[in-house]
Amino acid sequence: MPFVIDMRDAAFGYGSEPILSALSLRLAPGSFHFLTGPSGAGKTTFLKLCYAELVATAGGVAIFGENAARLDRDGIALTRQRIGVVHQDCEFLDHLSIRDNIALPLTVTGRDTPGQDSNLDELIAWVGLTARAHARPPELSGGERQRAALARAIIMDPDLILADEPTGNVDWDMSLRLLQLLCELNRMGKTVLIATHDMALIRSAKAQVQARVLRLAGGRISAAGADL
Amino acid sequence: MSALADVTSLLRGETQADRVVPRSGQAAKLTLAVSGAMAFLAVFALALSLAAGRLADRWSQALAQSSTIRLSAPAQELDIQTWAVLILLQQTPGVESARALSDEEQRALLEPWFGHDLPVDDLPVPRLIEVIETPEGYDATGLRQRLAAEAPGAVLDDHTRWRAPLVAAADRLRLLGWLSLGLILASTGAMITLAAQAALASNEQVIRVMRLVGAQDAYIARAFVRRFTRRALTGAAAGAALGMLAVALLPRAADEGAFLTGLGFQGAGWLVPLAIPVLAAIVAFWATRIAAFRTLRGLR
Repeated sequence: MPFVIDMRDAAFGYGSEPILSALSLRLAPGSFHFLTGPSGAGKTTFLKLCYAELVATAGGVAIFGENAARLDRDGIALTRQRIGVVHQDCEFLDHLSIRDNIALPLTVTGRDTPGQDSNLDELIAWVGLTARAHARPPELSGGERQRAALARAIIMDPDLILADEPTGNVDWDMSLRLLQLLCELNRMGKTVLIATHDMALIRSAKAQVQARVLRLAGGRISAAGADL
Repeated sequence: MSALADVTSLLRGETQADRVVPRSGQAAKLTLAVSGAMAFLAVFALALSLAAGRLADRWSQALAQSSTIRLSAPAQELDIQTWAVLILLQQTPGVESARALSDEEQRALLEPWFGHDLPVDDLPVPRLIEVIETPEGYDATGLRQRLAAEAPGAVLDDHTRWRAPLVAAADRLRLLGWLSLGLILASTGAMITLAAQAALASNEQVIRVMRLVGAQDAYIARAFVRRFTRRALTGAAAGAALGMLAVALLPRAADEGAFLTGLGFQGAGWLVPLAIPVLAAIVAFWATRIAAFRTLRGLR
């Protein structure tokens, strides 16, 4: 089975100055990773390389065994259907209800069949948003938005979940709740990569999951001490 | 994804997918208004083109089969020479019939210039002989030579000299009508492209999110193509209907009315403007599709 993400000496930069360089990393299927580092270290850029929003300017990035640089636009779309992304700012369509936003990946891939309704309702219940399903995104709190973003990220049953500071805008209890959801997904076999600078969150994951902690600093990635 | 899939989707309608892209008020109004106005103008361009075509055909056909012999001779010889010319014409292959115009007919021809009290008998007005040709026609050069021998004062006018520029003018008018129609369609396409680009630009965030969750370009483009094609069809249908009503309300054609009162549609010609909304929809379909894919290529 190919690695979910396989970076070999990858680099990325705008112009001549590299933001990231010499990135070599392999994410095995079903693994759990934290990506830490100070603000501005390039964690979001790293995640963008993982879902082909950016293309490495040097080296190579393979996603599910496919060279990301060689994917055409349809290839990128099909690859993203296997990746669930949770952004820090969530990025919803404000004119749609939360239920429709969560179902968006099904809608745009033509899988929004009536038979999916019960699965969708189950998922909304799993993230605790049943009562808010018909609200618009601006009406939701930060925690509710993060849970909705997580539900949207996993509605397509993806193989890889990428979360960029998923607990950045929520209180500690909600952070733990979100972490618990991500750990549950990992136990279902999903590969999870969470970018965060919240070390308390990483420590609290210790009891729930076997995770590897990566540190991004100075444009390079390294293992941050012992794995959890 | 092929254009055929887009057409199928257009006809089937995908209300769920349509909802994903928010309605953009300004672009929608612009597309409706432009399509309506352009269709209204297109109806008139079409009416002009068809009327000019009819005129060219009429002049071409009506005058091509007839000619005139103008006979000038001293009053005492006029009847004899007329008789001689008519006999000659009877014997000329390609001439179906020939007759001398009566004094009343000649007076009627001159009336617009000289009034109705014209004393034709007292004036040295040449005798006019109308010649109707067979479909094969006659040999004009041979007939002129024989006329010169039999009636030196006879001049054959087969209308070629002044018919050709008239027919050419009508043909040119018809061409201009079609050219106008083409320009109107091109302008419609350009305006819809601009409106589609504006809608795409204002929905960049929506498109970004759709791409993020795995939407393919064809799906995103279809949402815009469907919307703009339907708007163009609706606007053009309304504009064409109003244009046809306006043409129908033009004054009826009269003998004195010349060209302008004949500007309109006749018989099955009324069906032709019905193609305008369909053409507008086709133009909108391609204009939006090209604009959408061009914009999407700029986004990762």
